[in-house]
Amino acid sequence: MPPPFVELQDVWKSFDANQVLRGISLTLGKGTTLAVMGGSGAGKTVLLRIVAGLIRPDAGAVSLFGARIERMREEAMLALRRRTGFVFQSAALFDSLSVFENVAFPLREHTGMSLGEITDRVHRFLSLVGLPGTDSLLPAELSGGMRKRVGIARALVMEPEVVFFDEPTAGLDPTNARLVAELIAELRTGVCDTAIVVTHDIDFANMIADRMAILHHGRVAGTGTPDEIQHSANEDVRKFLAGELRGA
Amino acid sequence: MTVAQYVKTQGRDAAIWYGGLGLLTMRVARNLALPPAYLWIVAREIDTIGVRSLVVALTAALFTGMVLALQSAVNMARFGAENYVGPVVALSILRELGPVLTAILVGGKVASGITAELGSMKVTEQIDALRAIGVNYIKRLIVPRLLAALLVFPIVTVLADGVGLVGGMLISVFDRNVDSYLYWNTIAYWVVLKDFLTGVGKSVAFGAIVTLIGCYNGLATEGGTEGLGRSTTATVVQVAMGVIVSDFFLTKLFLFLFW
Repeated sequence: MPPPFVELQDVWKSFDANQVLRGISLTLGKGTTLAVMGGSGAGKTVLLRIVAGLIRPDAGAVSLFGARIERMREEAMLALRRRTGFVFQSAALFDSLSVFENVAFPLREHTGMSLGEITDRVHRFLSLVGLPGTDSLLPAELSGGMRKRVGIARALVMEPEVVFFDEPTAGLDPTNARLVAELIAELRTGVCDTAIVVTHDIDFANMIADRMAILHHGRVAGTGTPDEIQHSANEDVRKFLAGELRGA
Repeated sequence: MTVAQYVKTQGRDAAIWYGGLGLLTMRVARNLALPPAYLWIVAREIDTIGVRSLVVALTAALFTGMVLALQSAVNMARFGAENYVGPVVALSILRELGPVLTAILVGGKVASGITAELGSMKVTEQIDALRAIGVNYIKRLIVPRLLAALLVFPIVTVLADGVGLVGGMLISVFDRNVDSYLYWNTIAYWVVLKDFLTGVGKSVAFGAIVTLIGCYNGLATEGGTEGLGRSTTATVVQVAMGVIVSDFFLTKLFLFLFW
């Protein structure tokens, strides 16, 4: 049996006196979209960054594609990260590069593709996210929703095995939020069928997730399928679904 | 805050800064030989660090040579040694002022630019984006700048040395009526190759110090645009201090090794 793509066992993380994660254990298998939900300050983004190897946990074990990464050197992490995509909440586009160059960046860095092949691939992914014809625009010339979608195209252009989404609909107007949600739902049938999506939007999570995990005060308050979460007896989960759970 | 608390805080911050700078230096050394070479970025940085800093460095060198000759000539004339202005100017410029002034001026300009660029990338998560894409950010952002500085600082210093000597000659000849042949002949007689080479050697070390300070402060930037402003200002001060303090130890080292 192949190892799960992502596995966390008893992961702890604090920043100075602020204890953010308190013994998180989660697993993500191939073909699963896991929505990690919780209020502000629940530790969702920190959890996602630990899974991607961008920050190290204080304690606990983190495995990515079967390899332990919690103490892995940055240089050794690079090969694993090339198999993943990360969509930042702020999009984190390279602000001096055009839309085309942003999306082409991973291809130029990691493949020996010709300019023609790169151009074809970039245009395919820009069309996928609904942004054809925006090649020459700079990030500063894009709306928040467009930036987010360019960030998604950049994360997907290497056709990763798993994608990490950090609040992909946060800060977007309802139309753009729906567009991004539909896009992520579509990806499951094509480019990438495995993802962790951090969000506080329950409707969005119901639309895209096979499994859900609710974080509260750095712990997993509940985990299961959307249906199991919906009917959970856990008090924190029920409060979160009812919009009554207070964050940190 | 009491004096003891202030000293403790400052001591802790200094330990974190020196420790972080040391760790970055080790990581850069470890990454030097790793592929890819990013030679096109090295070439771009040579243009940024070297070509675009030439006017500043050479203007400062010209006027430093002139003022050095003026001060030396006026005072040496009091005991009849005005004809030896050339060697005094040359030794001062080649051994000290050329490399130090170039490093402070070019280094301040270059390192603060590096801090601003990397700090801006840090606070907008662009460095995390590079890491998430699987790019070795040390190799892509730091190593090319360091290699460019190691090449450019000695070249700019040699040019500044030359312009400084010409500045000294202009004052000696046109203001103090010293014969130009005498100016250059006394320099050729009293100045030896190691005077020139120790200055060039210092400039290589300064290039590394300046670049690493600029890069470290950029990567350590926290606290948004306000933090970016603090980092950039700190870089200018730390580059000047780093050059002046390391100059003393490099001078002691070179005197020990070559004198």
